[in-house]
Amino acid sequence: MASGEFLTILGESGSGKTTLLRLIAGFEGPNHGEIWMGDQRLDILPPYLRPVNTVFQSYALFPHLSVFDNVAYGLRAQGVAKSEIPDRVQQALGMVRMMEYAGSAPARLSGGQQQRVALARALVNRPRLLLLDEPLSALDANLRKQMHVELKALQREVGITFIFVTHDQEEAMALSDRIALLRDGSLEQVASPREIYSRPETSYVARFIGQTNLLRAEVRDGTATCGALVWQTSARPGPALFSLRPDDIRIVSSTTAAIGANASAARFHARVEQQTFGGATDLLTIICGNGQALRARLPNPGPLSGSYEFEFHPADTVLVRDAGEE
Amino acid sequence: MRKNTPQSGRLLRAYTILVFAFLYLPILTLIVYSFSGSGVGGFPPQHWSLSWYGQLFSDEELWNSVLNSLIVAIAGVAISLTLGLPAALALDRAEFPGKSLFRRLVLLPLILPGIITGLSLLIFFVQVGIHPSLLAVTLGHGTALISVATTEIFAGLQKFDRRQEEASLDLGANHWKTFWRVTFPNLRVSIIAAALLIFTLSFDEIAVSFFLMGRENTLPMEIWSRLRRGITPEINAISTLILLFSFGLIFCWYRLRTKEVLEPEAALLASTLEGTSS
Amino acid sequence: MYSRIYKAGVTIPPLFWVVLFLLVPYAVLFCYSFWSVSPSEVIIRNWSLGNYAELLRQPVYAETLLRSMRIAGSVTILALLLGYPVAYYLSFHAAKRRDLLYLLVIIPLWASYLVRGYAWKTILGTDGVLNGVLNFLHISGALLLLQNHMNAFLALHAWTHTWQVTFVPLSFLLYSPFAVVLMLTHIYTPFTFLPIYASLEHIPRNLLEASHDLGASPWKTFRRIILPLSLPGIVAGATFAFVLSLGDFLAPLLVGGPSGIMISNIVASEFGAAYNWPLGAAISLCMLLLVVGLLFLTERLEKKLSFS
Repeated sequence: MASGEFLTILGESGSGKTTLLRLIAGFEGPNHGEIWMGDQRLDILPPYLRPVNTVFQSYALFPHLSVFDNVAYGLRAQGVAKSEIPDRVQQALGMVRMMEYAGSAPARLSGGQQQRVALARALVNRPRLLLLDEPLSALDANLRKQMHVELKALQREVGITFIFVTHDQEEAMALSDRIALLRDGSLEQVASPREIYSRPETSYVARFIGQTNLLRAEVRDGTATCGALVWQTSARPGPALFSLRPDDIRIVSSTTAAIGANASAARFHARVEQQTFGGATDLLTIICGNGQALRARLPNPGPLSGSYEFEFHPADTVLVRDAGEE
Repeated sequence: MRKNTPQSGRLLRAYTILVFAFLYLPILTLIVYSFSGSGVGGFPPQHWSLSWYGQLFSDEELWNSVLNSLIVAIAGVAISLTLGLPAALALDRAEFPGKSLFRRLVLLPLILPGIITGLSLLIFFVQVGIHPSLLAVTLGHGTALISVATTEIFAGLQKFDRRQEEASLDLGANHWKTFWRVTFPNLRVSIIAAALLIFTLSFDEIAVSFFLMGRENTLPMEIWSRLRRGITPEINAISTLILLFSFGLIFCWYRLRTKEVLEPEAALLASTLEGTSS
Repeated sequence: MYSRIYKAGVTIPPLFWVVLFLLVPYAVLFCYSFWSVSPSEVIIRNWSLGNYAELLRQPVYAETLLRSMRIAGSVTILALLLGYPVAYYLSFHAAKRRDLLYLLVIIPLWASYLVRGYAWKTILGTDGVLNGVLNFLHISGALLLLQNHMNAFLALHAWTHTWQVTFVPLSFLLYSPFAVVLMLTHIYTPFTFLPIYASLEHIPRNLLEASHDLGASPWKTFRRIILPLSLPGIVAGATFAFVLSLGDFLAPLLVGGPSGIMISNIVASEFGAAYNWPLGAAISLCMLLLVVGLLFLTERLEKKLSFS
């Protein structure tokens, strides 16, 4: 990881993302191998000796201590000078805008407020690494979106490396510098949100992030053929799996056809089977002549019915590794 | 998670074993010496024999007292449950002025030393003409043990999903029918557990019985009077038998309780584990 | 949802019984404490404070009460010292065998009080098991010296020289306040264990992880998180142990001897051989008030200490 980076570990339930976090924090030990942070070996250290702090999913605020004492807890445990503590606590509470609640009991705070206190409690110790275990999952949608903005800004401000765990891909894409997609305990791909979206490495990634059409094609002499779809490709000859995003499929309008633009575009005919309104775009299920079904996402096309000519750029197809999904 | 160093864990384990040794030392001693032919005297016990158990069987007075204890215990269970069930219901559901006072009153005998309960009842009974007798003892046990019944049944009510009752009322059954068809079957386990507990406590009860006893002795009082006269080693034998009987009862009680707790909670635990295994 | 008939139906029967068999007897007790008894064993209702004056005048009552409180206090402290670590072990360390161990702690509670008291008698008596063991190991003579001189050095010296000495039973074990404390600690340790275990189980485990995450060692975590959060259980257990030990009258009769008499024994004798029911009632009333006062205090304390 890069220092000062906001990394998200993304995965389904059971993929091992919480386990990974707990390994870094020190609540569980590895069966094999070692854990290193820079030049410091972590897995031989207990949690209270690691320069790592965690924001728990359920906040885990100490109910018998005030907000102030909760935040000061780590400082006191590590023997920070008494004179320093009030300033640092105030500063941390200021960062999360909870200063006026310093004397409150945690039980009186709302979920969002508790979460901020948990954040302050972790950050005040100036760890080298901050772990966040699905901290926003208990909040409602609007509050979550608001927290996205705040968290991102906070991370920029303190410059600490964040590792954020979630199963929500939208959240991951909004927050991260990089996303690490975890599947059954191993990493599928680690890349920036844009890259992981437009250049998925495997079919699993392609399907997990956003939506896609997986095309099983046969490549011969620079041409890939998948049923009714034929396009130019530089892939090696033989069987290959391609990912094509629904947003990369367009209807050929009479104007573009006439101009003859997009000469390299691959074209095909298909019938609109289903159309789902989605605000800015519509999601369509289209069936080709040979019965092949594809999904296309069109910007505001109005109600469609019957057959149309569709096209896509070969450059938009991505060769992916078969992750054994089907 | 390694919450504590292995050393502190081992230290605690050793300490725990010592405490258990302390708790079981008298019990084991009793059992061992009940088989000793020369009674209690010196160490190690000599002459292993079953003679004391043999003597027990021909002891008619003892068996009379056992019968008395049984009568008192069963009557005590009846009284305690009959009054403890409504009390538990009241505490769990009804809001009324003076509720906390009601709660304190009902639960008071649980923590009050038995002598106070016994004495106050003695004075009271004498005033109203009830002489020290098995009846007096039964009334005393019933009163003292209502608190046990209330506590057990209350715990069972807390675990019970109120919405089942709401569903029953919604479907047209009135309160009475709802109680017998929905609430009561769910409470059965708590009630049986409470009955076991009350029975055992009544069987062994001394403090209240001491003052309310008439001519007929309960088992503990019979043992007590023999102790006053001088230690007879067959006491070891009868004590061992009482212990075994108690162990049997508590085993049943524990199975009942954990069965009720474990089944719904196991399901809940399983589902949460699935959710957090990521 | 619950009609007034329902509420009345569930509250009135138990209330009626409790009022009749608890409150009314206490009221009668109250009245009795102001009366006195004639030499021919007839109760005279002469409504005076004579009994209370007697309690204040004769030092034996205050002495015995103090001794009883000392004994109850010792029992409470010892029972906590024994019960807390076991509860801690069960809650945090014994994952697999926890149910079994829990059962094992509860079992002595159900084993007859009288039986266990008698067992202690046989263990501690001059004729008993403990002395037998000590004799078997030839160390009782040295212990006797220890008892007399309280000097370990001498004891060691004596031990090597008393190997040949004949059996000297230790008499301080039985028929003393020590024996009473020992027996009552045995009885009430499970009583302290139960509420402490319950309160320890209530502590969410993620709080402990959070504490470690923030840099607190296991010991600091215990002191600052576990201990404060288990205080309600400690208070409850201590209350049980103290109040029930204070009012115990069987242990002194079994193993206490003349020096181990407690306040309840005095009460019992007033209702027995001494036959002064009014005086006994006065003492009982004082005990009742003391206990109720204590319960009131601890209830408020527990309320203050519970956070969730």
